Formats: sequence, structure tokens, C-alpha cells
Amino acid sequence: MLAKRIIPCLDVKDGMTVKGVNFVNFRNAGDPVELGRQYSEAGADELVFLDITATFEGRKTFVDVVRRIAAGVSIPFTVGGGINELKDVATMLGAGADKVSVNSAALKNPQLISDIAGNFGSQVCVCAIDAKEEAPGDWTCYVAGGHIPTGRKLFEWAHEAQERGAGEILFTSMNHDGVKCGYANEALARLHDELSIPVIASGGAGRMVDFRDAFTLGHADAALAASVFHFGEIKIDELKDYLRKQNICVR
Amino acid sequence: MIAIVKYNAGNIYSVVHALRRLGVEPLVTDDVETLHAADKVIFPGVGEASTTMAYLQAKGLDRTILSLKQPVLGICLGMQLMCRYSHEGGVDCLGIFDTEVKRFEPQPGLKIPHMGWNQIYRLQSPLFASTRENDFVYFVHSYYVPLCDHTAAVCDYPTPFSAALHKDNFHATQFHPEKSGDIGSRILNEFIRL
Repeated sequence: MLAKRIIPCLDVKDGMTVKGVNFVNFRNAGDPVELGRQYSEAGADELVFLDITATFEGRKTFVDVVRRIAAGVSIPFTVGGGINELKDVATMLGAGADKVSVNSAALKNPQLISDIAGNFGSQVCVCAIDAKEEAPGDWTCYVAGGHIPTGRKLFEWAHEAQERGAGEILFTSMNHDGVKCGYANEALARLHDELSIPVIASGGAGRMVDFRDAFTLGHADAALAASVFHFGEIKIDELKDYLRKQNICVR
Repeated sequence: MIAIVKYNAGNIYSVVHALRRLGVEPLVTDDVETLHAADKVIFPGVGEASTTMAYLQAKGLDRTILSLKQPVLGICLGMQLMCRYSHEGGVDCLGIFDTEVKRFEPQPGLKIPHMGWNQIYRLQSPLFASTRENDFVYFVHSYYVPLCDHTAAVCDYPTPFSAALHKDNFHATQFHPEKSGDIGSRILNEFIRL
């Protein structure tokens, strides 16, 4: 059976992970490659690395990081942050990334998704969407790290992304992100019903039951989280044991 | 020496890294002599079938791969190209495995591509000597090889299909051992030790 995926997300700035981590006996806490390896060994199914660097030098550093991750980690990984044009995609895939995620740049220029899918295949193109529920069931897409609202609505944009060839939707609920009270399961379920590509849930993980609900109520194909993993609040191997006991297929 | 067939495949360097993690330094080459002289050959692949076949033919690599006598491992598209015919682009392929390659039929609730970790079973090849029934490996594909005489591992999505093939010196996996964590490393290691 196809397993539900658990995906830790790491923010990288100037080549180092930003959020603190809480691995016991772990010396290189800031090294994204070491962290990626630790998560891989703990049972993570995939990894996402987001470059939150703003400078040109930082970007070059990130490409080196991607190269080192590709050499050192034996599970698939996605890179995102600052993917603005096809050239950036080629650079990341060339450095060894399996997938790239596009967010603001795709909302600004939806053709980017078509170009990525056409040149490299749908399987490399993850369309990340940050959206906020502004009235019940009414979700607006935001760009620039969730700072600027766009006129686009979540469901119609997700549809367009799929039509253009996105291979997956990574949906972050801004209402739920950081609150640690569960994912946006109603919106996730609607995305699942309306789309034929996999949906990754993001924003809201606080307890193990939140992951279960994202899979059972939200029908998500994968669940992404950052701080609960980084601070050791939830251990991936324990989470997988828990999900297995809840009759959810995990690796 | 392990040679990796050099062509416009997306996952060549993932395979190189995976072998390096096992302590093997492979040679990536499209030189016919070098491929023939290698102890083992890996034929990777991520891409589209008909354009890739055309590229292999233009380089004469199709005849080379067919004529190899040492252990050969096809991965993902590499495996599909080793079959008789692919419905992706409607193209005749190498014909090592006498079977066709079909597209997953859309059905409600079925996500295409088949992407992620899935279980393999009915393991019947030396590549799986250190793999257990129902271990998880990583798949990304929209086309599949039905069950056939050469099926060496089965996966369900939701109907059973060939997760691996084996005939004589030719081995192939639909999944990506180079991205399948420890299990994938073990499978690659068994190939190295053949």
C-alpha cells in the first residue's frame, strides 16, 4: 500500500538551519546536511529545504548545501525559496535536488509551472500555496512569505497549478501555521476531492493526533512539519508507531 | 568497474551518489567500448520514453545495451526502455523483456503519478537477498509494466504491477533504489556483489 509520507521542513539561511534543534548528542545542530541525515535515519520519508537567504552570496551557499545533501542523503528531497525562473530550477536539479517548490513566482507568472513540467517533468514541480481563510471556506492566496494577499483563491489556483502540470500541491494554512492545534483538514479534504495530484498538508502540527487527522479527515497524502520535529516534541519513529496503531499506512 | 550509461536521464547523479555511499566510484560513460568492458552496467532513467529511445538510437546505445553480457541494472525509465513497447509516445523499445509498458488508468481517488513509498512483495531475484517481503521503496512513475514471466517483485497501485524484472543478466527496478534509503542501498549493494 502507498504510505502516507512524513516530511520535516528545514529553513536554511546562509548555509545553516535557522530554527533550533534538540537532538541529543548532536554536535552539528546547524548543518542542514547532518540534520537531513538524522531525519532520514529517524524515518522521515522526504525532506524539504527552504532557502530563506536574501543575498546573492547566500544563494550560492545554498546551491553548495543542496549538492552536499544530494551526496549524503538517500531519500528524496525538495528545495524551495527563491525559485523564480527556469534557470533556478535547472541549477537546483543540477545540484541534485529531486523536486523544487515554487510559490510566489508561480502566482506572479503561472507559466513557470508549465515550463518546469514541460522541461523537467511534473514529478519535480511542487506548487506551494500559502493561504488564509478570510471567511468560512473562502481562502485567499498570499505571497512573500504570507505577507501580501493576492486576488487568487486557493481552490481555483490549485486547479490551475494542476492543469499546468504541477506534480504536487503543498498547502500551508496561515490560520493554522504556528498554532499547533491541527491542520486545516476541511480545506485539505476539499483539495483532495477536487484534485488528482497528491496534496501535502502544512501548518498546524502540534500533537501526533494532528497528523492522524490530516490523513484521515483531510485525506492528505503527506504531512509536513518543522518545529515539532526540530524541538524534539514529536519523534518521527514514535509518530510512525502511533500512526501504524491508528491503521494508517506508513513506512 | 561499474559503468553508468550516460545519456539525458535525470537521475544519473543520484545513482552516482548512492554508489559512492556504498564505497564504489562508478564511471559515467556513453563510450561503447568502455560499457562493454565494465564489470557491471547501470542504465538509469528519468524522462520520457519516445524521446529517450530516439536519443539512445542516435548514439547507438540501444544495440550496445542489448549486447551486454555482464549484469545490467535498469532503473525506472531504464527498466521501461528494456521492455518491448511503451505506450508513452508509442515507441518500440529494446525488447529485452517481452512485455509492454502501459499508463495507469485514471480512476477516482487514484493519484497519478504513483509517487511515494510503496511495498514490494513476491521477491524473486538475487537483488532482493537482503530485502524482506513488504519492505517499502520509493516510486515515481505514470507508466507501469504489467505482471509478466519476468516479474521479480510485485507492487500494488491498486492493481498489481511489476516492481522489478529479471531475465538472465538483465535486472531492472521500477522504483528508485538510489532514493529508497537503507532498503535501496541494500538492493544496490546486492547488485554490486553479483
